[in-house]
Amino acid sequence: MDNLLLMLAPLFSSKLMIVLFFGTLFGLILGVLPGLGPTTGGALILPFTMTLDPLSAIVLLTSIYCAGTYGGAITAILINTPGTPAAAATCLDGYPLAQKGEAGRALGMATVSSTVGGIFSVIILVFFAPLLAKLAYEFGQPEYFALAIFGLTMLASIGDGSPIKNLIAGAFGILISTIGKDFMTSIDRFTYGINELSEGIGFIPVVVGLFAISEMLTQSTLLDQVFKRVALKAVKLPSLNDYKQTWKTILRSSGIGSFIGVLPAEGGTVASLIGYSEAKRFSKKPEEFGKGSIEGIAGAEAANNAATGGAMVPTLALGIPGSATTAVILTGLIIHGVRPGPDLFREQPEFLYGIFGAMLIANVLFFIFGFFGAKIFARITLVPNKILWPMIFAVSVCGTYSLSQSIIDVWIMIFFGVLGFFMRRYGFSVVPVIIGLILGELVEGTLRQSLVIFDGNWLMFLTRPIALTFFILSLIALAFPLLRSKKKKK
Amino acid sequence: MNNVRKQKRANKSLPFFFKDEFKVSFIIIFISTILLITTFTFDIVPPILNRGIQPAAFPKALLVLIISLTLIIYYLSKKKPWKIEKKLPKTFFLTLLSFIFFVVISKTLDFFLAISILSIFVSYNWGEKRLFYLLLVGIIFPVIVFIFFETILGLRFPPGIITNIYYN
Repeated sequence: MDNLLLMLAPLFSSKLMIVLFFGTLFGLILGVLPGLGPTTGGALILPFTMTLDPLSAIVLLTSIYCAGTYGGAITAILINTPGTPAAAATCLDGYPLAQKGEAGRALGMATVSSTVGGIFSVIILVFFAPLLAKLAYEFGQPEYFALAIFGLTMLASIGDGSPIKNLIAGAFGILISTIGKDFMTSIDRFTYGINELSEGIGFIPVVVGLFAISEMLTQSTLLDQVFKRVALKAVKLPSLNDYKQTWKTILRSSGIGSFIGVLPAEGGTVASLIGYSEAKRFSKKPEEFGKGSIEGIAGAEAANNAATGGAMVPTLALGIPGSATTAVILTGLIIHGVRPGPDLFREQPEFLYGIFGAMLIANVLFFIFGFFGAKIFARITLVPNKILWPMIFAVSVCGTYSLSQSIIDVWIMIFFGVLGFFMRRYGFSVVPVIIGLILGELVEGTLRQSLVIFDGNWLMFLTRPIALTFFILSLIALAFPLLRSKKKKK
Repeated sequence: MNNVRKQKRANKSLPFFFKDEFKVSFIIIFISTILLITTFTFDIVPPILNRGIQPAAFPKALLVLIISLTLIIYYLSKKKPWKIEKKLPKTFFLTLLSFIFFVVISKTLDFFLAISILSIFVSYNWGEKRLFYLLLVGIIFPVIVFIFFETILGLRFPPGIITNIYYN
């Protein structure tokens, strides 16, 4: 009961409601614009959050996350280009249905299923995050090390693209975290006599570079792309018949999305693809998929929004990000001096339940905005890239500079932008780099402390049941892509 | 379709060192090897202060892992060649060039001026020829951002020919 009251607290705080309002609005705009999305947008907004208190800052980031994930559907349905990668599966049926003159119905179903998926996942978050946090009390240094390794291997196997390339990217991210003074012995590593590097490389220049600047370079190669927007009169709420046809799909996809979200991987994208394919498998009319099936839209949209709450579970309970955007949120928590993990649940329940409540409200808010404002948001897609991206560059540069008022940070951002572009071009996902960078200190710190505990005996890791379980799960995660490709060949 | 086939055939006939798989793997291994050599220059901690392993051991292990995994992807690419990427357009190189200009101008002249010049340069090269919009992205918007950061976030931008006028 107390926790429920804590969850409702944002409703009674005018400041939090204003933050939620603008966060949701901003998230929708970011979601609608192809190439931006909640991850890049979250990274851009991070420096601005320094003017807010920690709760307002995280509420802002989570509302952007929830609304941005939904916003991608508007572009997917109206211009056949996913606003966010998580909305890729929505294009498959959303656009064909819009072409049949039913854009309003398609958007209505996307809005309802996204809201249901989002709320479902917040309920999962409220119940499971504290349980996971309780379990984490049993964790010592070896268990945390094994958990971080499990997180990285999961990311490699479930994430986009080649698992080996993802592993390289993850290892590279951890390597970046080793730049600067060694946190245990204060010995310089990879600093090459540059004083600014002694403090290490900050999260923000890397995150903004890898997401925003690399996307700017990607957009510079896509200037000849022409978008055709389907006309939209108004968003229509689904009919009774639509509900009858899709309620099972929405619930199933909400469950799938929440589960996939909990796993440390590229949450929404994978969740929506699985949600979509499961909707097709269970459908009575699978032949309609790809031609404008309402179930296809519901399956994809409920799943990708359900992944938002799911991905927050390991982020808050363990400090292991469940997706690219939660990696940005985790960065936000760290720069505001909040260390996620079991202690957070014990010491600051009002902070956590405030976030849960804010996510719940954000889901309701984007429903309202989406339902009444989709037509306006659709117009945002008409902002030409030649005007939009130079503006984003200006914000990126000032935002990155603002954190430590160092021009070196801006150059680091540009370096990672160029690097990120080439990484993406050759099939290396940039998400593992961020997660590796965030987990780097945890991985190295827990490994070294474990070795002190074990007196340098590596085999002692195998005597710890929880650590051993995570190592076995890591091996399964690594073997999973191999098994999948063998199955495909058969 | 024909173009893709032609490109695939052309790619097959390329010497191995011109293929993306080789170039990417070579660059990763080359840089990793240099970094690996650097790790041997890190200071060594006396045993009494050492916590578990030497500070160089962890980055060394990571670099060996990266090199090994890169060799695996190169080996696998022989069986399954990578997707052929389209040639990068002129606008990409101009955008990249603008980043270099940005770094040089922000270091030598002015941070704000660098943002303005880059914004106008990029917008123009991406096809915007209307003066009002060029002024919007190059002057009006950066001024708004500048004032926002200056007043709300209390940020002090680095000195330069324009920022000095503002601060004075």
